[in-house]
Amino acid sequence: MNVRFCGFGGQGIVMAGYITGSAAVRDGKKATQTQSYGSESRGGACKSDVAISEEEIYELESEEVDLLVAMSQQAYERYIKTLRKGGILAFDEDLVTPKKTAHKLYKIKATDLAHKKFGREIVANMIMLGYITSISGFVSKDSMIQTILDNVPKGTEKMNEDAFELGHRLGSKVK
Amino acid sequence: MGLREDYLKKFEGKTYFWLGDEACAYGGVFGGCNFFTGYPITPASEVAEVISGELPNVGGYHVQMEDEIASIAALIGGVWAGARGMTATSGPGFSLMQENIGYAIMTETPCVIVDVQRSGPSTGQATKPAQGDVMQARWGTHGDHNIIALAPNSVQECFDLMIRCFNLSEEYRTPVILLMDGEIGHLRERITVPSLKSIKLKKRKKGKKKDLLFGGELIPPFKEIGDGHYLHVTGSTHKENGIRDVESQKVHEKLVTRLYDKIEKNREKLVDLEEKWMDDAKIAVISYGAAARPTEGAVALLRKKRKKIGFMRLRTIWPFPREQVRALGKKVKKIYVPEMNLGQLSREIERFVDCPVVGIPKIGGIVHTIREITTAMERS
Repeated sequence: MNVRFCGFGGQGIVMAGYITGSAAVRDGKKATQTQSYGSESRGGACKSDVAISEEEIYELESEEVDLLVAMSQQAYERYIKTLRKGGILAFDEDLVTPKKTAHKLYKIKATDLAHKKFGREIVANMIMLGYITSISGFVSKDSMIQTILDNVPKGTEKMNEDAFELGHRLGSKVK
Repeated sequence: MGLREDYLKKFEGKTYFWLGDEACAYGGVFGGCNFFTGYPITPASEVAEVISGELPNVGGYHVQMEDEIASIAALIGGVWAGARGMTATSGPGFSLMQENIGYAIMTETPCVIVDVQRSGPSTGQATKPAQGDVMQARWGTHGDHNIIALAPNSVQECFDLMIRCFNLSEEYRTPVILLMDGEIGHLRERITVPSLKSIKLKKRKKGKKKDLLFGGELIPPFKEIGDGHYLHVTGSTHKENGIRDVESQKVHEKLVTRLYDKIEKNREKLVDLEEKWMDDAKIAVISYGAAARPTEGAVALLRKKRKKIGFMRLRTIWPFPREQVRALGKKVKKIYVPEMNLGQLSREIERFVDCPVVGIPKIGGIVHTIREITTAMERS
């Protein structure tokens, strides 16, 4: 299972990849996470790939992914061609306008919800993580939550967990 | 139990999802490092970031210097004062360190230099990986010399080889290079920290008053500053007692040949490689570091299609395992070499084999895919 998170720097794209890969390891699976970013600390194109497998992972740069999570139009346009036929595209519907392609489309207003419900756009990645955990089931919900709690700044655990749960609920409704 | 053991116990046997850089830093700490000097540079900064947080917990010191020249200079000074030290950098910083790497070789200073290779030359693609420093690691500093360089291909190996780097640096009293690449440095994967008991640390062999600091035996014991010895340490050619003598041809020849030989004569002990599917192989593929991952995947895939292809991965790059490669060249009809440069190790392999050597180079900051390797192998 190959997942690619993409967007711009500052959206927590690398963090989302880290949480996912780390949770998969917690599930007892093999996982790798790689990242690529520009020299800018904010705003540059950014992607983070996670591979999850029961076996050795040899491929470090996936040519094709099973799930593409797009958080910006620029990143969507750059990476949509790497999504395999029939693969899942999960995207922030306020930030990405997808073209008609042979993929399963899942949209969510992650950034808008983060702003309205939590007053913090930064938790959009957690909403998205909850959402894709629910629609894809490739990592257990328990491992994801545990990993989030272990890795977010102290004092923000509840907000991040609530954001994850919100995404998860919305995901289970569209399944 | 000391402060160090007390603190490190909490990591024993635990599984983490670490970056290669992070594993390298912990490998250093578990390898006995108590002194780190450095200057931040992508993609090596995380080594400094992690070790700067951890060294104070084990009674060690982290010093951020003003640049890479100062970093390795301070490292060498610290080791002479008794530290077990390391630095970490990437291509541009590694270039700046070259002169003092020569100084460390000439003064027989045990230390570890991590080079997390990135795409060059110059600033190149600063945030992207490469394997372009293979020859810089071997020949970057001027003059005749020998060097030890190890190349990890997984996060676990960043940890494990770091410990070996420290042990080799003490055993051979010489700088040792961990030749990582940005792909592995910035890769996260599962790693299990071994128990402290299972890690054997090579202690520094300390010289007594009568021991010669730079001679008497192939690898003389080390005398630290502050132990009451009269020391003279210089990068200029020196006699066995350390006193400078730049006129005598014989003194220079004896010194530099010994420095060369202490690695050359132990080549077989230093060689470390992995072989797979070689028994019936008619064709071999040799790789190292990040490129070895998709390479192994490509060979595994071709084996499933009943192709008689074997896989060799070098963990020790320098000294080069020439006898093993020479033997392989007699056994197989062709050798492919995928690497993230325009052909640095493939040229070295060519020197020792008669069969054709076909490089599978890739530059531009992205590691090979399995398909790229199998396609290249089908083409030629």
